[in-house]
Amino acid sequence: MYNADKVIPGIIILILFFTLPIWLNVGRLEAVPEVELPKEEKKCVESKEFMRREHMKLLDDWRIKVLRENQHVYLSGEGKNFKISLQNTCMKCHENKEKFCDKCHNFVVTHPDCWTCHIAPEVAKKWK
Amino acid sequence: MIEKALRGSAKYWLWVCFLLSWVLIGFICYLYQLKVGLGITGMSRDVSWGFYIANFTFLVGVAASAVMVVLPYYWHNYKEFGKITILGEFLAVASVAMCVLFILVDLGQPMRVFNVLRYPTLNSIMFYDVVVLNGYLLLNLLCGWTVLHAEYKGTKYPSWLKPFIYLAIVWAPSIHIVTAFLYQGLPGRHFWLTAIMAPRFLASAFSSGPALIIILALLLKKVANFDAGKKAIETLSKIVTYAFIVNVLFFLFEVFTAFYSGIPGHKAPIQYLFAGLHGHAEWVPTMWLSYILAAIAIILLVVPSTRKNETTLAIACIAVFLSCWIDKGIGLITGGYTPTPFETITPYRPTLPEIGITLGVWAVGFLILTILYKIALGVKESHELVVKMKEEV
Amino acid sequence: MEIKRRDFLKILGLGLVGSITSANFLFRREVKAQSYIAPPEALKAKRWGMVIDIKKCVNAQPDCKLKCVEVCHKLHNVPSIPDKKKEIKWIWEDEYEHVFPEQPNEFVAKIYAHKPFILLCNQCANPPCVRVCPTQATFKREDGIVMMDYHRCIGCRFCMAACPFGARSFNWVDPRPYLAKVNPEYPTRTKGVVEKCTFCYERLAVGKIPACVESCPDKALIFGDLEDEHSEISKILKERFSIRRKAELGTDPSVFYLI
Repeated sequence: MYNADKVIPGIIILILFFTLPIWLNVGRLEAVPEVELPKEEKKCVESKEFMRREHMKLLDDWRIKVLRENQHVYLSGEGKNFKISLQNTCMKCHENKEKFCDKCHNFVVTHPDCWTCHIAPEVAKKWK
Repeated sequence: MIEKALRGSAKYWLWVCFLLSWVLIGFICYLYQLKVGLGITGMSRDVSWGFYIANFTFLVGVAASAVMVVLPYYWHNYKEFGKITILGEFLAVASVAMCVLFILVDLGQPMRVFNVLRYPTLNSIMFYDVVVLNGYLLLNLLCGWTVLHAEYKGTKYPSWLKPFIYLAIVWAPSIHIVTAFLYQGLPGRHFWLTAIMAPRFLASAFSSGPALIIILALLLKKVANFDAGKKAIETLSKIVTYAFIVNVLFFLFEVFTAFYSGIPGHKAPIQYLFAGLHGHAEWVPTMWLSYILAAIAIILLVVPSTRKNETTLAIACIAVFLSCWIDKGIGLITGGYTPTPFETITPYRPTLPEIGITLGVWAVGFLILTILYKIALGVKESHELVVKMKEEV
Repeated sequence: MEIKRRDFLKILGLGLVGSITSANFLFRREVKAQSYIAPPEALKAKRWGMVIDIKKCVNAQPDCKLKCVEVCHKLHNVPSIPDKKKEIKWIWEDEYEHVFPEQPNEFVAKIYAHKPFILLCNQCANPPCVRVCPTQATFKREDGIVMMDYHRCIGCRFCMAACPFGARSFNWVDPRPYLAKVNPEYPTRTKGVVEKCTFCYERLAVGKIPACVESCPDKALIFGDLEDEHSEISKILKERFSIRRKAELGTDPSVFYLI
């Protein structure tokens, strides 16, 4: 190989750079976020496992159904009816976005832009 | 081949740094726009497109004009254009790159730009514009680069390229026609709703683009010791002359239709641009400047002695370029939005950050152009050296 | 066999693209088969339309204090931006000459000259804004409402150029600082998207008529199904003379002005 003395360190530096998030977060796994769950309501629209895994897809489906297909009610796997609304259904139980949504989202460094339009309950309270 | 762009004189690097500093200024302005929103521009509810789209529209024309040097060379085997076809193709690449950037900086939600491809909408002209623009960019990059690479290797370009070259030639007018369709198919915008929009776009493209190629060729002769050939420049200047006269004629047809018919909706935008309307005359001096430049250019281009003289030809070409830029850029956009659907007037003036971003995009375009031209001229120079050495041996 | 660097890079690139696409297919799981329904109480129509009774409306002003505008903008979190150039409005008033500029008449009846008319999105049956939108962020529903999907809008403003009625507003900046009070049941918009009136689609879904119609103290606004012969709106349109804004452009507006 030509210029091995430059190429190999270069590759190593590149690999280190791209795996930087791993090195920066070594040992942080203990700090798994704890979300604040609703006190009154014990059951979400679907099971806990389903919600953990699929909530983003479900929400995406919801907004398409409401806005684009005029279907405003969700019939859950258990046969219960829910009015489709982030602000008026989800956040009526999960009363605090910061203590629920943000906890995990911040941990996995993902920033969905729901809240630039939708109003979080704590934001609405402070508005006046 | 890229190594040709990495070695250059102090002047070359100074020019690159100059462009880079404008790119940086534009970028900072853009970060500001990204943070605050398009509210930092002079655009409004009534004039909702402005300087960005104006420059976009103009540059689509410059890009399409590459065909004016490529077509005679490949189709009619016009050998005189041999040296400048690459200038045309790379100019197209740089212009389309600027077009794409101007669209991007004009978006309110640039992060969602791929929605255009995720939800392809066949009834939207914007969709077709994205397709033809990017297709044209790729075609020109492919053709220009492959031909140059063959020259670099001292061979003829591969035969599989021929269909792509022809495709690029046929493709060129499409980018301009489709861009005109963005405007001319909208109900209620009197200034745009005219079938002559697409032909006029083509005429202005085939004058402003080759004019820029002439300016660049004359400039390269001074700074890079590159001679495009007297014959090539002469032919090109004739193309500019005819196309530009047709362009101005098309405008006069518009004026006739509007004022002889006397329909207020058709007259109003022209009155606003050239005489002022309801006490608003924001763009009157600029529009008149455009047509004074046009008159100067036509005189210099029509008289054979001034067309053949390099200095006066350069002045004429600069006049053509600026005249088209004003007329087809800002004039077209503000004219389309004025008067508003309520027959009122909301004046538009670009703001400083808006101009900063615009200059930044132009600087990116010229940077791409500089690098591509540096490579092209470098290859051509070494090729000539090889030929000379062989002759001496 | 010797592989050239060029070919190696090509194979590498192809492999990368291939694996990304196949991974995309493998991990794309659908949500369990749950279903969605339109609520039974929802109001339905073949083509929603509105009639604005000009005499009632003009006579009621300014005493009604433009209740329709106030209620709509409050309900939908429409900000009040002082800079006219950047303002956002779903329903508003303008004088006759600006609403019907294609009807110039020096001798226009006194009751209309310079009188305020109510304006909103015409919910055209042949909407040019929908035709030009490159992402289907604005589209026409089966019941004729021209909808906005703010999630999808890229902010290109082509729809604003296409709309001959100036019905669309763009969020030049973040609208939230311009909202003194907020309706927590409805979203705001974000900077960089286009918005407009949607005939209160969210109220229709729960069996309510649009807020402007409901709030008008003088009953000058009538809302209903244009394709239902027995609806109030159809009957009134058959009986009285009405005009539409720029009908000659062929967009087929669903908002009628009773003269």
